[in-house]
Amino acid sequence: MSVLPHTPTATALGEPLLIAKGLSKRFGGLQALNDVSFDIRKGEIFGLIGPNGAGKTTLFNVMTALYIPESGSCQFQGVELTRLKPHEIATQGLARTFQNIRLFSALTALENVMIGQHLRTKSGLWGAIVRNKATRDEEARTEARALELLEYVGIAHVANEVASSLSYGDQRRLEIARALATSPALLALDEPAAGMNPSETVVLRALIEKIRDDGTTVLLIEHDMKLVMNMCDRVLVLEYGQVLSYGLPHDVQHDPRVIEAYLGKGAAQDPLLHPELETENKDESRHD
Amino acid sequence: MSHTLSNVKNRTPVKVWLGAFAIGAVLLMLPFLLGATAGQGWIRILNFALLYVMLALGLNIVVGFAGLLDLGYIAFYAVGAYAWALLASPHFDLHLPFWIVLPIGVALAAMAGVALGFPVLKLRGDYLAIVTLGFGEIIRIFMNNLDAPVNITNGPQGINRIDTFKVGEWALGRPETILGFRITGPEKYYYLLMALVILIIFICIRLQNSRVGRAWEAVREDEIAAKAMGINTRSIKLMAFGMGASFGGVAGCLFASMQGFVSPESFGLSESIAILCMVVLGGMGHVPGVVAGALLLSIFPEILRNIVVPVQQTLFGDVIVDPDAIRMLLFGVALVAVMIFRPEGLWPSAVRKRELNSGKEKQA
Amino acid sequence: MDIFLQQIINGLTAGSVYALVALGYTMVYGIIGLINFAHGDVVMVGAMTATSVVLALVGHYGDVSAFVAIGAALLVSIPVCMALGWTAERIAYRPLRRAPRLAALITAIGVSIIIQNLAMMFWGRNYQNFPHIIEPTVFQLGDARLSMLQIAIMLGSALIMVALLLLVHKTRLGMAMRATAQNREVAGLMGVNINTVISAAFLIGSALAAVAGVMITSYYGVAQYTMGFMLGLKAFTAAVLGGIGNMGGAVLGGLLLGLIEALGSGYVGSLTNGVFGSHYQDVFSFIVLVVVLIFRPSGLLGERSGDRA
Repeated sequence: MSVLPHTPTATALGEPLLIAKGLSKRFGGLQALNDVSFDIRKGEIFGLIGPNGAGKTTLFNVMTALYIPESGSCQFQGVELTRLKPHEIATQGLARTFQNIRLFSALTALENVMIGQHLRTKSGLWGAIVRNKATRDEEARTEARALELLEYVGIAHVANEVASSLSYGDQRRLEIARALATSPALLALDEPAAGMNPSETVVLRALIEKIRDDGTTVLLIEHDMKLVMNMCDRVLVLEYGQVLSYGLPHDVQHDPRVIEAYLGKGAAQDPLLHPELETENKDESRHD
Repeated sequence: MSHTLSNVKNRTPVKVWLGAFAIGAVLLMLPFLLGATAGQGWIRILNFALLYVMLALGLNIVVGFAGLLDLGYIAFYAVGAYAWALLASPHFDLHLPFWIVLPIGVALAAMAGVALGFPVLKLRGDYLAIVTLGFGEIIRIFMNNLDAPVNITNGPQGINRIDTFKVGEWALGRPETILGFRITGPEKYYYLLMALVILIIFICIRLQNSRVGRAWEAVREDEIAAKAMGINTRSIKLMAFGMGASFGGVAGCLFASMQGFVSPESFGLSESIAILCMVVLGGMGHVPGVVAGALLLSIFPEILRNIVVPVQQTLFGDVIVDPDAIRMLLFGVALVAVMIFRPEGLWPSAVRKRELNSGKEKQA
Repeated sequence: MDIFLQQIINGLTAGSVYALVALGYTMVYGIIGLINFAHGDVVMVGAMTATSVVLALVGHYGDVSAFVAIGAALLVSIPVCMALGWTAERIAYRPLRRAPRLAALITAIGVSIIIQNLAMMFWGRNYQNFPHIIEPTVFQLGDARLSMLQIAIMLGSALIMVALLLLVHKTRLGMAMRATAQNREVAGLMGVNINTVISAAFLIGSALAAVAGVMITSYYGVAQYTMGFMLGLKAFTAAVLGGIGNMGGAVLGGLLLGLIEALGSGYVGSLTNGVFGSHYQDVFSFIVLVVVLIFRPSGLLGERSGDRA
């Protein structure tokens, strides 16, 4: 029995789970997002990359209803996300982590994950005070599931440690466990590998792939190109708030516009940076 | 993985039980011990201290659990008190029994709490504090002025000859003799108040370790993250306001019945601040700490008054420094000192201590 | 419509005072993000000190010219209030500069209580009456009367505001203050002495408070140790109405609030057939506060943010 029960979804594997069309967001004089469109398909790991200031986090915040876009729509399993309130997003099945870790730092790891289950449980003031059987059972289940999730991400050994005392890598994983506790259909990770060393990144990658294999679709914002290109099924590249490139990792990687954005003008043609261009030239010459 | 929340909670050593038993015995005999040694006046002081404990625990839910700085909390005390005063006194010539008036008082206070909560939901910490402060004052202004054109609250004169707490025909306010022992009104009230305090403490502890309690903590720690986890922060905050206010309502009803008289003067800003001081000094969010803070800050000024007044009279022949001024001054100094030197309070929970001291660590 | 002009005059006068106090709030808030709860009480100390000074002068010399009396009052109150504000900052607020906002606010409340009760112990609980040394020269404008004192208050406030504007925009200190308000860390890194700037903000704000206190006691004729609270609340409302952190906003907010209050309390009696009388006056400012904070928290001159976060 999988640790990751999901919000019921009528979407079949490979079908679009989230469809974004023409999203635009402006802050005063700055056009942070300009006509961004893409879709995320069920069962994939979808990557969102772009240089600093490209609008990745803005897009994230628009999708999770923290910002209201001036125009465009973002449909998630048929529900228009931009019209929801921030706390309704998770109920729809979209859970997120934060770029600069927002754990409930004075609480233990276990308590953090238990809070993640708030929206899937229901005992209220009355239940809390009288502790009837239904409430006691729910509490026991909540605790048990929290432990399961901590084990799933690999930090069960620090369950009763205070969140702020955990190592950076453990904190990141805790945030993921907490987001998973909401039983999402789509898990959105905001730069989960930031600040991690290569070995930690390998463990993280394994975890994300496990999450995907167990049925949760993943949206990944990342800076680490290698991680994104190796792990993601499809990629969206943003620059200055606009879609620069969109599609399979291989295509995006070799899109000259992407190369220019990351490495500068002329880099697309530079043979030193792109030995494969040389090889192609050599091949062509061989065919002469 | 064997150490979980429930495992840790179930192991209560025998020592704790014995200690609780001993304390319980002392509490049972306390009014008689006090009456015999220090006099009946001290039993009344103790009763007021118990009322403050209720108020502090109520404010603790709003400030300590949910992290909402409510500076107008006294308004709920006023609602409860006036509810009892209007429904059980000669003012409207209504003399309804406690089992009707008390629930009405509590319900009205809870509704006032939710009504106060609604407009302040979106407000940030400091703005929230100012607005709640204003609300508290507004309630007092209304209490003071609702004597015309229709006399509802009798204005600044207040309402007196309020019915005491009665179970059937047995009145708590009057002294009587049981089994040869003479028991006074205050002594009887003591037991009622103590029972209610214990009930409220019990409710607080239950709330703390529950789904709602965790949601309150989440909202207090990081509201944005809480929303991202699907917590409806609006209803959570309203729950905190309502629940906290209801304790104020209970205390208000008991106050009116015990004192026999209410007037807008008892419900001013300095009372709200005194209660805040009790919560902050005791240890925000930590039930034992708040109880200790309330007891300390309601009893200590009385002790001080009993020393300061006679000392001044012997030394100067007159009371130069008003003991009330000293009381409030003490509160002010306590607030500042606690915030600077020990923001988590005298007896904090482990959580709060980490919260407030991790900030200091990050600076280092 | 008989009372309209009169209420406008009264409103602008009170509003000028609110503006002065609001400026103090907004300066401090703009720089350290703290609502200085005790600011209203500093005004109170200014008022009480002024009254004491004038009472002493009158008691000693009998007939005293208004100018001399007010001048003396200012000469004493301003340093007293500045000292008070500076001390509060140094002892109570500076240690908490990095603490969570809630802690700083609670401390400010504590400081307010301390000042109030020290005042109570020093001056007693009774109202202090300001002696009638100011000649009631009055100008008749249609149905309304405009007194010399009202003109003095409005003019005085206007001059002070202009001076403050010049200070903030044309002096080095002013530039340092604006820089610190925008980004404290970076300003510090650029060589601005943050402690000096913050102390300066408190000193200036307290001086303004003293002037406001003198105005209040001479205009309303009474001073008492509890007056700081309501006044502080109203001035804070004014600051929020105009856009907290924005000095022009504080002025605009102050004047507007004065007008709203005067017109409101003037007409509410007749509008509600006597159900709500003018002693509900204080409620108006409060309603303004709640409405502004709910619907336009950035105030009139503040920046709009269309986000939910």
